Amino acid sequence: MDLNDTPQLAAYRDRVRAWLDEHAGHAPTSRREDAESVAARRAWQRELAEGGLAAPTWPAEYGGSGLGALEQVVVNQEIGRAGVPGLFDLIGVGMLGPTLMAHGTEAQRQRHLGPMLTADEVWCQLFSEPAAGSDLAGIQARARRQDDGSWRLSGQKMWTTNAQHAAFGLLLARTDPGLAKHKGLTMFVVPMDAEGVTVRPLRQVSGAAHFNEVFFDDVALEEEATVGPVDGGWTVALTTLMFERVAIGLGGEGFGWRADRFAHALLDDEACTRDAETRHRLGEIATEFLALRYTSYRTLTALQQGQIPGAEGALAKVTTIRAAIAAGDLLCDVLGPDGLSDDRWGELVSDLPGLKSAGGTEEILRNMVGERVLGLPPEPRLDKGIPFAELRARERVAVGETA
Amino acid sequence: MNFALSDEQELLKEAARGALSRAGTVAGARDALDGGALPDLWPVAVAAGWPGLLVSEARGGAELAPLEAMLVFEELGRVLASPGLLGHLPASWLADRGGAQDDVVEALAAGDARAAFAGAAPPGDVEERWTADPSLGLRRADPPSLTADGAVSGVAHWVPDAPGADHLVVVLDDGRAALVAGADVTVEPVVRYDATRALGHVQFDGAPAALLDADAAVAWHLAQALLAAESLGAVEVALATSVAYAKERHTFGRAIGSYQAVKHELVEILRRADNARSLMYYAGWAAQDKPEEFALAAAAFRVAASKALDHATRTQISVHGGIGATWEHDAPLYFRRAQLARRLLGGEAGAADRVAGELLSAARVAA
Repeated sequence: MDLNDTPQLAAYRDRVRAWLDEHAGHAPTSRREDAESVAARRAWQRELAEGGLAAPTWPAEYGGSGLGALEQVVVNQEIGRAGVPGLFDLIGVGMLGPTLMAHGTEAQRQRHLGPMLTADEVWCQLFSEPAAGSDLAGIQARARRQDDGSWRLSGQKMWTTNAQHAAFGLLLARTDPGLAKHKGLTMFVVPMDAEGVTVRPLRQVSGAAHFNEVFFDDVALEEEATVGPVDGGWTVALTTLMFERVAIGLGGEGFGWRADRFAHALLDDEACTRDAETRHRLGEIATEFLALRYTSYRTLTALQQGQIPGAEGALAKVTTIRAAIAAGDLLCDVLGPDGLSDDRWGELVSDLPGLKSAGGTEEILRNMVGERVLGLPPEPRLDKGIPFAELRARERVAVGETA
Repeated sequence: MNFALSDEQELLKEAARGALSRAGTVAGARDALDGGALPDLWPVAVAAGWPGLLVSEARGGAELAPLEAMLVFEELGRVLASPGLLGHLPASWLADRGGAQDDVVEALAAGDARAAFAGAAPPGDVEERWTADPSLGLRRADPPSLTADGAVSGVAHWVPDAPGADHLVVVLDDGRAALVAGADVTVEPVVRYDATRALGHVQFDGAPAALLDADAAVAWHLAQALLAAESLGAVEVALATSVAYAKERHTFGRAIGSYQAVKHELVEILRRADNARSLMYYAGWAAQDKPEEFALAAAAFRVAASKALDHATRTQISVHGGIGATWEHDAPLYFRRAQLARRLLGGEAGAADRVAGELLSAARVAA
């Protein structure tokens, strides 16, 4: 057990810290969605990129530093310590960029990765739909190939973070409904300013609109817009989701949800810190957050040893959300009605019911872990090997609906 | 950075598992419920070198770290083995570090003598006293105290491994620890609910004592971590047997483990076990490299492992259906283990309070 930096990593940490000390004064303070705040956050990402802190793990040829997961964690830790925001487009740099590196053409990488890294072009992830989230392969957005090899896209995507700021989206569409549902999918790069693309904000419990629904009405896409093989989009999507899990597994305390911070908040009412029930609740909640911190060191050790993070990482997400819900509840019990709209904790309370479903619902994650880690059998499925076009009819029969 | 077990640590676990595999401890636990004698595991412990695990090399011990002791306890917990180390390890650690006589410590390290630990919870941010487990109720008791003539008087309840102990290391109401000969105290052996757990109410009545100059708080936190590690081992077995059964038992034409209601509960055991394991590593790391966080780490590990074992043993019973609630199955043995363990050494609730207290103290300092 050793949590100390190697001399090499300590030197890297010193460099990162020195850079942040010098530049922290330029960091934006607001996380609001107005034009001025967004411009400031994008400018800050550019500054981070120029300082080599935006994508330590990206290869140097695409503007990264070619370093490992440990250096990424050092950067995350030092950004947290400096109290400055991280990347504006974490979804692009953390998930979509690496997907393009794994499956895109060299032309796509050369065209897109640079502006993505500097936030000159923000990206969004267009996977989920109103009727397909947990069962992602059930998407219905349809891309039809034209005689000249180009594509026409129609459909609706949902829960799309940053769509209102995005220049491009990575979109999963159905290209052959005659195939089984995981088979007939293709990944596309979609310019968000194309004719026929409409973005509409979705307001959340807190009142903020961090994500959107996006409509595609006969949008023209070039032949070169596909990422990975035609009808081979599921594998590409799985790559993105794997990077998402890595990001969640290493992210942990990035939201500021930490045991020490919750304890500190309770000092607002010193008397409650002597109340047995409050203390018991805090003790149990803090235990979960501490477990998350030290689980992330185990994950990191595995990454460092070249292992690919397993499905267990999903459990970290379940614990994070569970514990954060309990923490928000405790804080509001102590702070009273003011806590519900408190600057520090209001969003925590309001966002969590939705976050329980984001990045894989708790139920889906538990299924995945149960099946892949514990080896439990899956539930019987009605959709295996059935052409997608026939699925809806079968679903209606299964629930006893008449046509 | 490396937050995984070393090859040596993996080997230590493997060796412990091997040594215990031939001891028939689970069958012994069942027999003991009906009044049968438990297999004497002390010779197994001695052969493996566990009594001297934490004692310094100069006095015949292996001088290993708390994490190694936790790993042994994880293996003990898997098979419900209680060789007497829950009392012996914290007691021998204090005796060695506290300057007890060489011959006493060497006998403890070699396993020629056994020690028990009549511990007390250190003061916290709210409770200013050192406190001991009460015989009944929630109000914490006063630990024994030192009389004017340098002898120990008072009573300590629910002391693990006290029956038959050659020495007792008792923590006094002023936080000092003292070494007392087993022959100079009266031990009332008690077995409650979990027949594998030897406990004792210890009466000190002017017992001659040698004061030990070592931090009794660390021994308390060490005992918390050992009990937690033992619980984690039991969780792993409860999970493995429940998963195996959920794959083979069929209802309505399919394995019950395919139903989400069952699957999700089994995953919950895994989630809690995984969290507890991370906290075990934290406690082991803190004991060596971050002593100021050992209290927090050990208490958090205790909370996580204790709650994990409660949940795991209840789920084990429910997944097994009716049979899991009968003596035909091992599940009740693990359930009994859980329910008593949760209430020893300050209890699960005491550990949760310690986590809160440590964090609140730190927050007050920072504020």
